[in-house]
Amino acid sequence: MRLLLLGAGLVAIMLLAMLAGARGIAPADLAALLGHYDPTDPAQITLLEIRLPRLVAGLIAGAALGVAGMVMQAVTRNPLADPGLLGVNAGAAFSLLLGATLLGRGDAASLSLLTLPGAGLAALAVFSLGGGLAGDAGPVRLTLAGVALNAFLLSLVSLLVLLRRESLDVFRFWVAGSLAEAGQRPLTGLALLALCGIVLALLLAPRLEALSLGGALARGLGTHPGRVLAGALLAVTLCTGAAVAVAGPIAFLGLVVPPLARRIMGTEMRGGLIAAALLGAGLLLLADIAGRLLIPPGEIRAGVMTALLGGPVFLWIARRLRPGEGA
Amino acid sequence: MLETRDLTLGYDRRPVLERLSLQIPEGRVTAILGPNGCGKSTLLKALARLSAPQAGAVLLAGEPLGQYDSRALARRLAILPQSPVAPEGITVRDLVRRGRIPWRGLLGPWRDSDEAACREALAAVALEDLATRPLAALSGGQRQRAWIALVLAQTPRHLLLDEPTTFLDLVHQIEVLRLLQRLNRDRGLTVVSVLHDLSLAARFSDHLILLGPDGLVAEGAPSAVLTPDTLHAAFGLSALVHPDPVSGTPMVIPC
Repeated sequence: MRLLLLGAGLVAIMLLAMLAGARGIAPADLAALLGHYDPTDPAQITLLEIRLPRLVAGLIAGAALGVAGMVMQAVTRNPLADPGLLGVNAGAAFSLLLGATLLGRGDAASLSLLTLPGAGLAALAVFSLGGGLAGDAGPVRLTLAGVALNAFLLSLVSLLVLLRRESLDVFRFWVAGSLAEAGQRPLTGLALLALCGIVLALLLAPRLEALSLGGALARGLGTHPGRVLAGALLAVTLCTGAAVAVAGPIAFLGLVVPPLARRIMGTEMRGGLIAAALLGAGLLLLADIAGRLLIPPGEIRAGVMTALLGGPVFLWIARRLRPGEGA
Repeated sequence: MLETRDLTLGYDRRPVLERLSLQIPEGRVTAILGPNGCGKSTLLKALARLSAPQAGAVLLAGEPLGQYDSRALARRLAILPQSPVAPEGITVRDLVRRGRIPWRGLLGPWRDSDEAACREALAAVALEDLATRPLAALSGGQRQRAWIALVLAQTPRHLLLDEPTTFLDLVHQIEVLRLLQRLNRDRGLTVVSVLHDLSLAARFSDHLILLGPDGLVAEGAPSAVLTPDTLHAAFGLSALVHPDPVSGTPMVIPC
């Protein structure tokens, strides 16, 4: 029931995403524009060539980041865990940039796969630095490790862009944190990638619930914490890699979505993950719509909008944490 | 039957317990006693396969624990560790539902049998009325009963508990021990717990395992295990042992 309401809300936002923008489309015209193809109609070109790919990209990146944040927070028992804050986005962006610079411009599909090794390594690094592999990542330790890793990877990104002129082009296209170039990305493949990550997370859901009770009880319940953790890292990698390849690094979405999902669905993990996917997609689309409408005909990138929204939420969550509490 | 055969346990190369061969009586309440650092929790963890033996084996129904599939084992034997972690904001019902994890398949649909097991577990610890409350809103004793309901929802035949009464006041300690005794009497559950209070352990257990700094000191019925000699060997404590005026079980009086 609650998931149906969330789904209905997402559909409403999707409609809004198709209608709103520098060139408004009247709701009454939507069915006609989608119905028959007329390449000379500018409204139809706007809708099919620009807004629909943007919509699809927002769905993929938003759902994937919401799920990635949910999984990271469950595994680390840390409400500040987020692929953007803890360097997983930055890892994906850096490996994409590095690979594209070294290999030259390959086709978009193979380039976008380059996000995966970076996301995976960064996720592994932040979990092990933060003590997550031992199952006792306190909020402070994990957050510090992640922030340090994030800063390090972002400085590597800047270094690469400064050193190599062609990196700047790659950077502008891939790493801007925006849905604007969505039409030129291999959306079908990336949607499949994100879907794999989300399905894996859903399959792991009961084991993630066990893991969140502590390592000893998780094993008493017949799960293998090491395997669950490996599966969780893979799910985070697939989701984050796909999201970064679709939209560049978008921070704070994975931070804001899980507490909302938990408030709506409680601590049940599978429902929470579905809610996180719906909420993530909805919020990213809203951020994109707002960015389009605020200063027309210019745009504010969706990544900037989520940061505007996410910064205060980060402070709010951090203030609620009590020192020394395992949270 | 849960038993150990020439079991050697320890961290790194230093053995804590050596060549221990014990039988946990089936369908009885057993308490593991001894001073801090003598390996009580280590033994309990080994009985639940949470720690691997350095040598020897733990057998359940004649088979080494290592041979069991972990989910199959979790359906027969449950352990409540000393300090489990409660997810923030979890309700009692959601906590208890997690006890069904070993029974759920890959897709994990929630079946009627899962619902029934949870309802029964909540009833056994008398928390039905508080099922929708957040765990954090409960008193210490109620919270411990909620955790016990979680492991009961696993519907195990063997229930292992690591210091289930520590951090509870006397009334709640007795409440938990009575609950464990009732679970044993009503359902035939084999209960093994690590306890600190010797007299309470004697009163609420059928079988005691007393460990000392050099390994096993005594095992058997409470009146046979708790004597001035064994207490001195295990704890270095001079004490008198008198029958409890209410139950007749041994009561330890330090002197």
